[in-house]
Amino acid sequence: MEKRAVFRSSWLPLALVMPQLIITFVFFVWPASQALYQSLLLEDPFGLKSQFIWFDNFTALFRNRDYLESFHRTAIFSGLVAGLAMGIALLMAVMADRVIKGATGYKTMLIWPYAVAPAVAGALWVFMFNPRIGIVAYVLHSFGYDWNHQIRGNDAFALITIAAVWKQISYNFVFFLAGLQAIPRSLIEAAAIDGAGPTKRFWTIVFPLLSPTTFFLLVVNIVYAFFDTFGIVHATTSGGPAKATEILVYKVFNDGFIGLDLGSSAAQSVILMAIVIVLTVVQFRYIERRVAY
Amino acid sequence: MVERRPFATFLAHVVLILGIVVVAFPIWVTFVASTHHAKDIMTAPIPLWPGTQFFENYRKLLFEGMINPTAGGVPMWRMMTNSFIMAMIIALGKIFVSFIAAFAIVYFRFPFRMAVFWIIFMTLMLPVEVRIVPTFKVVADLGLLNSYAGLTIPLIASATATFLFRQFFLTVPDELAEAARIDGAGPVKFMKDILLPLSRTNLAALFVIMFTFGWNQYLWPLLMTTDRQYLTVVMGIQRMINVADTDPQWPLVMAAVILAMLPPVAVVLLMQRWFIKGLVDTEK
Repeated sequence: MEKRAVFRSSWLPLALVMPQLIITFVFFVWPASQALYQSLLLEDPFGLKSQFIWFDNFTALFRNRDYLESFHRTAIFSGLVAGLAMGIALLMAVMADRVIKGATGYKTMLIWPYAVAPAVAGALWVFMFNPRIGIVAYVLHSFGYDWNHQIRGNDAFALITIAAVWKQISYNFVFFLAGLQAIPRSLIEAAAIDGAGPTKRFWTIVFPLLSPTTFFLLVVNIVYAFFDTFGIVHATTSGGPAKATEILVYKVFNDGFIGLDLGSSAAQSVILMAIVIVLTVVQFRYIERRVAY
Repeated sequence: MVERRPFATFLAHVVLILGIVVVAFPIWVTFVASTHHAKDIMTAPIPLWPGTQFFENYRKLLFEGMINPTAGGVPMWRMMTNSFIMAMIIALGKIFVSFIAAFAIVYFRFPFRMAVFWIIFMTLMLPVEVRIVPTFKVVADLGLLNSYAGLTIPLIASATATFLFRQFFLTVPDELAEAARIDGAGPVKFMKDILLPLSRTNLAALFVIMFTFGWNQYLWPLLMTTDRQYLTVVMGIQRMINVADTDPQWPLVMAAVILAMLPPVAVVLLMQRWFIKGLVDTEK
């Protein structure tokens, strides 16, 4: 879409886009290209000398068991987070779409975790699951399960998953509810007249019509699980115990800033960038062909 | 729903209430813990009903801070001020920079217009997390470490806000711009007196989203600031929990958690209508 009515000036439009462009170049494009360049270098931690080694950093990464395990872990983590956060949110949205009385109240009560920082969400749940005093850990103890995320890797993994899911439900809920409310009532009424019950109507009409929203949310949730959960991991488990919660983003940070392995950290950055680019492209291709039905 | 099914409606209420309880329960526990003596929070089971230390705990946290080696007794009000300044600069900066850029892209024809658009679009693909080390280096070279400028300026470019404004400007009738031009208004006057008031809803929606985004920043302040003077709330909490060897002072940590959530949650709830509209619009 283009505007017919345009203003004429040779310098004004450039002056107007300049602030955005300068920030983009200085803080996005340049560092990203540096990451690309560094990923091909072998550098000592003090930055004194460097050597061009082509793709050795990448091949080293894919031979590194720690990295492959972290990759695997991140995949499971994002699958779990996306699946659970979307499933619960969809259930809530369908229910909120059904009730008439108090719908706004329910909505208000469900959306606010969106505003909670990931690190803060982590702090909340770390307290709930604290092995000695946490209320959930206490309940688990009384059922005979000795919860301890400071020692047991699986417990720690469950902890960050729960915190990440808890925070993301509200976001998905908003979108699912908006998607549900956009479905024409007449379709559902027609199906009801034809004798389809609520369950059948959901799976044959509502769910397919919701698929664009679902797909969009899937991409957003995977991106969220990959990147935004850094705060949760860093504030609660710091990747431990024994790397059980070291997801890819945390590893980039850890290898780059703590381990000072710049080449490897840059190569990991480049891989993450590739993942984001693929996800973004997928998402935009889908937006172009959004109407699936 | 279509047909009357009292039981299904009842079930819907039950599920929703259960969901809300699950979502809100951690906050309740947190709030309760923040109103007790530290010694009451030492052994399980911890109390589930508020105690008497509400004022004492919050006063101590806000004005004295927490004395431990990592949090270093920075009073909470100081951290909250930092977070507030950061969130406001980021939110207003993003809105301003994106508004004028979108205006230029929609209302002017200039060389490389589409290239500019795509470069801005690219930033969407480069979250801070994937370019940690080089971005840190750029900011360090510019001498912006430990400053509000370093905390905020690199985050001010925004592809989503630019997109939202562009989409919105495209729906504004051409006649308005033509009429303004005939009446002798220049582009800046048109932008200020016509486009800006028309964009109120979008501005409000973006403000909610961007304020929350700014307030909740974590990795960036973590890298940018070593000086305690610039400690933000979210980072402060991380430092309060991860204390070596001793137990964190839970009531104070939990009070900090409550205070850290309060501003963004309040903004989201108060501006709920615009927020939901904005969220759904920016992403599509």
